[in-house]
Amino acid sequence: MSEHAVTLTVNGVAHARTIEGRVNLADFLRHTLGLTGTHVGCEHGVCGACTVLVDGRSVRACLMFAVQADGRAVTTVEGLAAADGGLDPLQAAFREHHGLQCGFCTPGMLMTLTEFLRENKTPSAAQVREAIGGNLCRCTGYAGIIAAALAAARRIAADGA
Amino acid sequence: MKPQAFAYHAPRGLNEAIALLARLDNAKLLAGGQSLVAMMNFRVVAPDAIVDLNGVAGLDGIAVGGERLRIGAMTRQRDIEVSPLIARHAPLFAAALAHVGHRQTRNRGTIGGSLAHADPAAELPAICAVHDAVVELAGPRGTRRVEARDFCTDFMTTAAAPEEIVTAIEMALPPRGHGFGFAEFARRHGDFALAGAAALVVLGAGGMVDRAAVVLFGVAHAPLRLAQAEEALRGRALTRAGILAAAAAARAITPIGDMHASADFRRHLVEVLLARALRDAALRIGVDVGGGA
Ligand code: FES
Ligand code: FES
Repeated sequence: MSEHAVTLTVNGVAHARTIEGRVNLADFLRHTLGLTGTHVGCEHGVCGACTVLVDGRSVRACLMFAVQADGRAVTTVEGLAAADGGLDPLQAAFREHHGLQCGFCTPGMLMTLTEFLRENKTPSAAQVREAIGGNLCRCTGYAGIIAAALAAARRIAADGA
Repeated sequence: MKPQAFAYHAPRGLNEAIALLARLDNAKLLAGGQSLVAMMNFRVVAPDAIVDLNGVAGLDGIAVGGERLRIGAMTRQRDIEVSPLIARHAPLFAAALAHVGHRQTRNRGTIGGSLAHADPAAELPAICAVHDAVVELAGPRGTRRVEARDFCTDFMTTAAAPEEIVTAIEMALPPRGHGFGFAEFARRHGDFALAGAAALVVLGAGGMVDRAAVVLFGVAHAPLRLAQAEEALRGRALTRAGILAAAAAARAITPIGDMHASADFRRHLVEVLLARALRDAALRIGVDVGGGA
């Protein structure tokens, strides 16, 4: 067994902990830091529920050891809303367009689409489908999620203009 | 599940990584981890030590120089997919990468890791093989190079010795204006392919095929260059009949059969996929052989 000192920021807040090498980033966020917004579905990289951003890029937190996040900036679903709890445009669009039912896949969907919409300001429905290809949803049938992502893109473009 | 406990090592330099690998018992190199960590979570693989290459300086990056392309082993698949250098010189990589897992896995997964893992259904070892790339290895006795087409030697087995590390792939730049095609069949986009094919075609004088390279994957324990198909294309014009005849060379192979697809189904699939890859390659160099090939 090996224990390692890890220093990282999560949603802009610095954390320093000592952890075992085998602890994955999702478990570290949930159990060590108490940030349970990141969900764990399959633990082998298939469902996408655990998706977080590491230095701005979407990754599967179940396929990365927390020690590997040393020195990095992690963003989780808890980091999307404003300090006063106001939803960000993507979250608001999910609510308006029924982008979720049980909500289990939602954190992963939001983080995946956060990265995607940052790179693609005017996406097509086909591009959104492709972007969430690595995120499974057992409830919605995806239609609401795609509508939400397209609406969020329009909203972000309008706000930015 | 959770992986079994292991000792974690994060070397900063290549020599340190090589020394660790030589010294430690039952050690595994960790590149992008998109296959290895999943297997560790399943406890299909249970190394006593992990040597993490993510902090090793100088193993990533894409460079073109002296008519050669070099891709560092730790270059992320996503960075290759969107690289302007790749788009200009070797766009087949980008076409294939669109089928490799998903964006989240491509953000972590590396080309070196994909080669070293050597899954028979993996796209990147096949793309390296069809480009006549060489795989650069570094070990305690220095560096050596292995042809990419000889690198995967068996099911998830490579020519790399246990104490060697894949450091880069390198290849001659394909000629400007070459045609390329890629086609695979998976149950869902991003899943492991049941079978796939890729092709590179260069036209010479009079519109005759000067060079043709063809690879199949997912059908054998390693990527398979199909010499008979390449031979059938060379020296001839690209036609629908010629492409179908070349693809028919795939009928002679003996594919693997498993619970996902029988050998017969795979043999049928690669013939169809190879014809599609060749048709797309032709189309990209302005030869429309008609649909449905
Ligand atoms: S829990 Fe990570 S991909 Fe399913
Ligand atoms: S809302 Fe239930 S899994 Fe997607």
